[in-house]
Amino acid sequence: MNKMTDAKTVTGAKRYAAGVMKYAQMGYWEPDYVPKDTDVIALFRITPQDGVDAIEAAAAVAGESSTATWTVVWTDRLTACDKYRAKAYRVDPVPNAEGEYFAYIAYDLDLFEEGSIANLTASIIGNVFGFKPLKALRLEDMRLPVAYIKTFQGPATGIVVERERLNCYGRPLLGATVKPKLGLSGRNYGRVVYEALKGGLDFTKDDENINSQPFMHWRDRFLYCMEAVNRASAATGEVKGTYLNVTAGTMEEMYERAEFAKSLGSVIIMIDLVIGYTAIQSMAKWARDNDMILHLHRAGHSTYTRQRSHGVSFRVIAKWMRLAGVDHLHAGTVVGKLEGDPATTKGYYDIFREEYNPMALENGIFFDQDWASLNKMMPVASGGIHAGQMHQLLTYLGEDVVLQFGGGTIGHPHGIAAGATANRVALEAMVYARNAGRDIWNEGPDILRDAAKTCTPLEQALEVWKDVTFDYASTDAPDFAPTPEVSA
Amino acid sequence: MRLTQGTFSFLPDFTDEDIRLQAQYAIDQGWAVSVEYTDDPHPKNSYWEMWGHPMFDNPDAAAVVFEVNECRKEHGGKYIRVIAFDSTPGWESIRMSFIANRPAEEPGFKLIRQECEGRTVRYTIQSYASDRPEGHRYA
Repeated sequence: MNKMTDAKTVTGAKRYAAGVMKYAQMGYWEPDYVPKDTDVIALFRITPQDGVDAIEAAAAVAGESSTATWTVVWTDRLTACDKYRAKAYRVDPVPNAEGEYFAYIAYDLDLFEEGSIANLTASIIGNVFGFKPLKALRLEDMRLPVAYIKTFQGPATGIVVERERLNCYGRPLLGATVKPKLGLSGRNYGRVVYEALKGGLDFTKDDENINSQPFMHWRDRFLYCMEAVNRASAATGEVKGTYLNVTAGTMEEMYERAEFAKSLGSVIIMIDLVIGYTAIQSMAKWARDNDMILHLHRAGHSTYTRQRSHGVSFRVIAKWMRLAGVDHLHAGTVVGKLEGDPATTKGYYDIFREEYNPMALENGIFFDQDWASLNKMMPVASGGIHAGQMHQLLTYLGEDVVLQFGGGTIGHPHGIAAGATANRVALEAMVYARNAGRDIWNEGPDILRDAAKTCTPLEQALEVWKDVTFDYASTDAPDFAPTPEVSA
Repeated sequence: MRLTQGTFSFLPDFTDEDIRLQAQYAIDQGWAVSVEYTDDPHPKNSYWEMWGHPMFDNPDAAAVVFEVNECRKEHGGKYIRVIAFDSTPGWESIRMSFIANRPAEEPGFKLIRQECEGRTVRYTIQSYASDRPEGHRYA
């Protein structure tokens, strides 16, 4: 166990004597500080090196993510430095995690440029993550003040207007990622899109690494996909879409691809998280200006979100992306092949979709968060899910979500359209049953079997994937168990 | 073809009891249920004709079924949908919409292709039925 020493801030001329001083003595540890409504608050999980005092480590994180350098500088005195210093004000040992601490740090709003995720992150996850006295550092959560939120555009379209544009209400949206993700020609690719949309999906999707490769250049893909979208729309009388991935090496190239997608009448385009925060904000602005839904694929996030001790929690990435202005973002399935335990995933979904998030430690949410009427983001559930899990998906994820069955559509034994129909029928039957008051969690398999009596493709899907589950221990579960309500 | 707009178009056509169950769910959520009809089911036709106002203060879905059947008497050869409005902050929009009646025959949509510069094609979707004047589209 590391020590926790409550150091006192040094004041007066001694504070600015040349040399090295503990961060906790320089004003970066203020245990009596009460955060202002306008402060940005960050919660870090810190793992100090052996022998490093936990409070000093927290103060160092506050210092290195705001004004400090390794030694005292007299030029601080030319500034309102008390205001600009971030203040660690609370340090708690993490339950059941020897050597780890939660450090609460408050930042004055004037430390940040309005409407810039790049500026916010350059401070909060800048140099500080390589700081030697720490073994590991993780940004767990942030409280974003309303005053700061109001400087961001937010989701270009939002859940409400997306549904109005798609003319689709009352059920999760259905999608599929085209597979194989690499190698299809434009013409073959469009075939998958057409079959899946005609069969009953609302959306198909480019995968994260489909950009413009030798086997399929982007214009070919866009042209064939939009033929598929329009034919499927005529065949069903529904609005259909395909996420045209405009990710490219430069902003100029991305704008060119986005403009072409617009000229072809696409309702939605797509970008990858790896293009960077500023590029994401630029595309969100473009999307708002051009009536386009903007899908974000979180390619790369697991490099820094997955490990519990180091990196940035996905809940923080979700908050940044709601500010940055994307409409869709992948957020986990609970039951599929990718990371995500139910309690943590609920926390993410709440961040995407709610007007207000109350503190919920059991879901990993450390702060009350008011979203100040910023549009809601549509979560996307993708990766190893199939029709037989529909009751679990609807229970865990609710109604405002895109359920994407890639393999679960294209891998259907009787073809892509049959796979799409199976998913759509399973979904509608489950929503119907829920609305009719049935206990879908327990009766789900019966509900699906009944629906399959009039839908052969669903019967086939249930048979093929009946035993497929991905039941592994989660690497990123909440630190706090739910506490029972105390009643008077 | 079968028009598959709405929450439940992939299920068998709704009986009055299906309509009642689903409308009651909407009412129990605090949403106002409304009946609309059209003979122009283009996917981007936002405004179907209103069969009266949304039933803001109605607690019983039997009244919705009654209105659907009244609407059928006049417009049984057209599409009729039941929609539910949610007035809570942050929504203020439709939360559910399902087809309660459809014409005996649905001719579907024509896809019109206009060849443009390069390989670009502009697509227009047009209902075969809407070639005829309003009111005469589904005999």
